[in-house]
Amino acid sequence: MSKMNLTLKIWRQASANAPGAMETYPLADVSEHMSFLEMLDVLNEKLIKEGKEPVEFDYDCREGICGTCGLVINGVAHGPRKLTATCQLHMREFKNGDTITIEPWRANAFPVIKDLVVDRTAFDRIVAKGGYVSVNTGSARDANETPIGKEDADKAFDAATCISCGACVAACPNASASLFVSAKVSQYTYLPQGHPERERRVLKMVSQMDDEGFGNCSNHGECEAVCPKGISIQNIAIMRREYVKAALKTGSAIV
Amino acid sequence: MQQAEKETAKPGPLASVLSIFNTTIGQKIITGLTGLGLVGFLVGHLAGNLTLFAGSEAFNSYAHKLESLGFILYAVELGLLAVFVFHIVFAISVTSHNKSARKSKYVDSRSAGKPSRKSISSQTMIYTGIILGLFTIIHVWMFKFGPGMAAGYHTDLHGLPARDLYRLVVEKFKNPWIMGSYSAVMLLLGVHVRHGFWSAFQSLGAYHPRYTPLIYTLGILIAVLFAIGFLALPVYIFFAPLTA
Ligand code: HEM
Repeated sequence: MSKMNLTLKIWRQASANAPGAMETYPLADVSEHMSFLEMLDVLNEKLIKEGKEPVEFDYDCREGICGTCGLVINGVAHGPRKLTATCQLHMREFKNGDTITIEPWRANAFPVIKDLVVDRTAFDRIVAKGGYVSVNTGSARDANETPIGKEDADKAFDAATCISCGACVAACPNASASLFVSAKVSQYTYLPQGHPERERRVLKMVSQMDDEGFGNCSNHGECEAVCPKGISIQNIAIMRREYVKAALKTGSAIV
Repeated sequence: MQQAEKETAKPGPLASVLSIFNTTIGQKIITGLTGLGLVGFLVGHLAGNLTLFAGSEAFNSYAHKLESLGFILYAVELGLLAVFVFHIVFAISVTSHNKSARKSKYVDSRSAGKPSRKSISSQTMIYTGIILGLFTIIHVWMFKFGPGMAAGYHTDLHGLPARDLYRLVVEKFKNPWIMGSYSAVMLLLGVHVRHGFWSAFQSLGAYHPRYTPLIYTLGILIAVLFAIGFLALPVYIFFAPLTA
């Protein structure tokens, strides 16, 4: 089992309003089998033993499905491996002697809470504006009650794989949330259940996205490249079509 | 309570419709439409310019035909001016919004590679754009509003008096500074259109897994054609033994 000696450069920021800075931490004997977050756990245990403040970072499932973790590693959201959330990144992607920079998602709409932890409730507020269907809950309905074509089901499902991690915002030169919002919009666009609220959904979610202070989309496509679920920027085009149709039908962007 | 909310929140009809173009998506629809409009104009402009290779008579009579459209030409020019103004105003608005969306900058920032389409071209749209805008003002001032028949740029087209635009163009491009800076700006035009062309389609919601790669490639092709096409003229005039 090969062990690595690494130099970590990590963003430290005591609180939302405190100034932050990169700090350097050497870390010895890192196993290539560790996950990236386990490597940070080892660093934190070391810091605690030394009586120092551990590095704050977010995680929950560590299985690549909850969307809680997210670090910008060597300048790339979720690090060097494609289609992989930070928690599923392993140290075998790095070499002995490497210097690794670790930064939080940076966007005005995602203020830093502490160190590498950012506040992503802007996403929740966008979803609250229309990222759902208004049906009464009750006992589960028959799965095949409403027939849906395979192609449409696939499109909806591809969009629905979004885990709301925010890597798209982090990677976007404009800190735009377009990929996230478009995934939440097109998830319902192809399903009959989504149709009754179709116009209201896209207009309200886009309006909330703008109010949160995310940037506009310049079609760089960096978001798709870092998305751990590989969500296509095709969804952004779908959202734009939905938006234009809804706005022209309503005669206004405001509903 | 709901009633009161409805009444205060309701804007007038004009404000309602304008609100569509006030959102991030609406603004990009304007930059996309106007950008494609400008590309369309440049196709025509390039085709017209290339008549210069056919000699002074061909070029001057092309220019003369345009001039003699009269009212129609003014209408088209006014439309073109509006397209330019809208493109510039919305592009600047979008870019300034984008630049302020991330106050705390990354210490290390890299591209994640494919399928990202981030490029030098996509990241410099505002700079290449501003240079194109300034260039356009100088360009129109130099040729369209440059010296005319009264100043001696006078020729005969089948017995009719016409402006000798050919001579003006040749004189200008014999100057190495003008030739050089024109050529450089034309390269920047290529850089702008390289990202701009496909991006406009995407901004208008036209993405398709089969067509988009073709549109992307076509954009690169158009960018190269624009750069070479518009560059060829000043370079040819400068080096060819032409006399005005
Ligand atoms: C010769 C003229 C021009 C042509 C053919 C042209 C073409 C285009 C096209 C096709 C786009 C893509 C639109 C989109 O992404 O939706 C674009 C974007 C853009 N243009 Fe132009 N343009 C021209 C002049 C200008 C000028 C004078 C400016 C001055 C500010 C400018 C600034 C921009 C910017 C900043 C964008 C990107 C907007 C964004 O980040 O989303 N362009 N242009």
